Amino acid sequence: MRTSRSSLAPAVAAALVFAGLSIVTATAQDAPTPAKQIWSFDGIFGTPDLAAAQRGFQVYSEVCSNCHAMHQLHFRDLSGIGLNGEEIAAVASTFTVPQGLDDQGQPKEGPGTPANQFRSPFPNEKASRAANNGAYPPDLSLIINAREGGPDYVYGVLTGYAQAPDGFTMQDGMNYNRTFPGHQIAMPQPLTDGRVTYTDGTPTTVDQMARDVVTFLHWASNPEETERKAMGIRVILFLVLLTGVTYAVKRRIWSDVH
Amino acid sequence: MAGLHKSDLPNPVLNWIDSRLPIITMMQKEYGVFPTPRNFNYFWNFGALAMVTLVLMIVTGIFLAMNYQPNTGLAFDSVQHIMRDVNYGWLLRYVHQNGASMFFIVTYIHIFRGMYYGSYKAPRELLWILGVVILLLMMATAFMGYVLPWGQMSYWGATVITNLFSAFPGVGKYIVTLLWGGFSVDQPTLNRFFSLHYLLPFVLIGVVFLHVAALHIVGSNNPLGIEPGGPQDTLPFHPYYTAKDSVGICVFLIVWAAFVFFAPNLLGDPNNFIEANPLQTPADIVPEWYFLPYYAILRSVPNKLLGVCMMFGSLLVLLILPWLDTSRVRSCRFRPTYKWFLFAWVISFAVLGYCGMNKPEGIFVILSRVATLYYYAFFLVITPILGKLERPLPLPVSITQSVTGRPLESH
Repeated sequence: MRTSRSSLAPAVAAALVFAGLSIVTATAQDAPTPAKQIWSFDGIFGTPDLAAAQRGFQVYSEVCSNCHAMHQLHFRDLSGIGLNGEEIAAVASTFTVPQGLDDQGQPKEGPGTPANQFRSPFPNEKASRAANNGAYPPDLSLIINAREGGPDYVYGVLTGYAQAPDGFTMQDGMNYNRTFPGHQIAMPQPLTDGRVTYTDGTPTTVDQMARDVVTFLHWASNPEETERKAMGIRVILFLVLLTGVTYAVKRRIWSDVH
Repeated sequence: MAGLHKSDLPNPVLNWIDSRLPIITMMQKEYGVFPTPRNFNYFWNFGALAMVTLVLMIVTGIFLAMNYQPNTGLAFDSVQHIMRDVNYGWLLRYVHQNGASMFFIVTYIHIFRGMYYGSYKAPRELLWILGVVILLLMMATAFMGYVLPWGQMSYWGATVITNLFSAFPGVGKYIVTLLWGGFSVDQPTLNRFFSLHYLLPFVLIGVVFLHVAALHIVGSNNPLGIEPGGPQDTLPFHPYYTAKDSVGICVFLIVWAAFVFFAPNLLGDPNNFIEANPLQTPADIVPEWYFLPYYAILRSVPNKLLGVCMMFGSLLVLLILPWLDTSRVRSCRFRPTYKWFLFAWVISFAVLGYCGMNKPEGIFVILSRVATLYYYAFFLVITPILGKLERPLPLPVSITQSVTGRPLESH
């Protein structure tokens, strides 16, 4: 069969439609675009730097978790950032978490186990708002996926605190932030140099802690990523091979027709 | 005329079955030796691709439904449970989520192929109409499926789209209450959408069966748009087109896998990672990409009722396309003028999609109005008039002659 030039024309038209569609994902309105950062999990081979994610978990535990819940996560999930069973049990036991009811039917608390959810700092949204001047610190389980710009945005907010420019009117209790939409954020600057002490000797600059905690949060939003990308490479290689074989079969079958 | 079917299958067991229920004979007739024009190009893969997608969507959907909770308090977390705790749940979900986009990509190309090569023209009008019904069912299914994860865009998308029906005078608000099962999008809405989202794919299978049955009565169109003149112009479906479709399916699966494994959320909206909150409206409510052109048509009209009518009309107009097109020539290969108007229509569709994801302000108002105008003018004015005015190129005498370049052999 002759593939004539006229079958090219509809192909061009189809391509035009998809060129249009590819722009769909690139809009962000009324918000500064956060600067693109380089991340360990970028690209099709990229996976989260586990050491950074572990340091990020430390930042989350010591800083963020005072206000932000991550209720989709369980301590057992921490195997995903490279902790072994003993380490997970040890980490979990440092948190006091709800442990159902006691024999009198009263809510009971106790040291966490690997099966427990991460501890939520407040029992519900109302309590959280009451303690935070009316603002609600969002759950961070999916924060990287839930924001336009993803890791770059969260990094931009964490490192974007500054003096408000002259003439910029701030509301009471708000903080100026270069990245946050509208530039007024209720969260006080969470990270300052030396806020935590890393056990591996990594310097605890704001930039370093922000990168680490973003790596951790990215993993928390996409815990399947490492497995997904590894499987994807094998699946695509297999399909490419299968396409080649199938095309060869097709050519052979059609050879007597042309 | 009762009696056994005369089966010529050599295997006695299969013969016994086939004599009583000749499905093997039927499969052989419809998919084995079925005479198919010999000159299909790869655009004729897309029907098979849509079929493969439907099957994969149903299979992944069944397993997702085993782990999903259609409850406003649990739905969002149950999806995360699938993503995090269910074995390969993330794979099922990402295949299903991106499968919706893949389904629309292949279906839109399939429809475009029908328009470019005039596959809707007599005697294939009913085949085309069944195709439009499939598209409408797909849209309803996709819309209700998008509500199930109960994210912010699920909730607010559902609110906006169901509210469209309130534009109809008198009955509008009753329709909306009926759709919601209450006075806002809430538990009854989620529950019935889940039920319907599970039901409609099987209705789709039924209509797809009719679509294929109708196809096998009138036979396939082909890139030349002329009917096969005899056996020299056709090939048995198997192995020729089973092999050719297989190539397309492999390539299609590569594209689908690339999304699933490397960019699973590229086509999604970040807002849907936030649980539905009836008290907080997102800054922009945008539908999924495959609805954007229709959304832009809706918003391009200042009057709500007229906008809703024009949005639905933009789909329903496809139903009468076989009668709007007055040209007897099917394929755009031989329609030198109409071809360019069709390309312009494709561009207007893409422009509408682009407008749909931007706020209806400034340039986008004008753009979407011009594109909407052209979208309708193409069907209602250009297609009927140009069919009469255009001088088509001379049609080839036969498929074989055109394909091989050799003069027709005598048979």
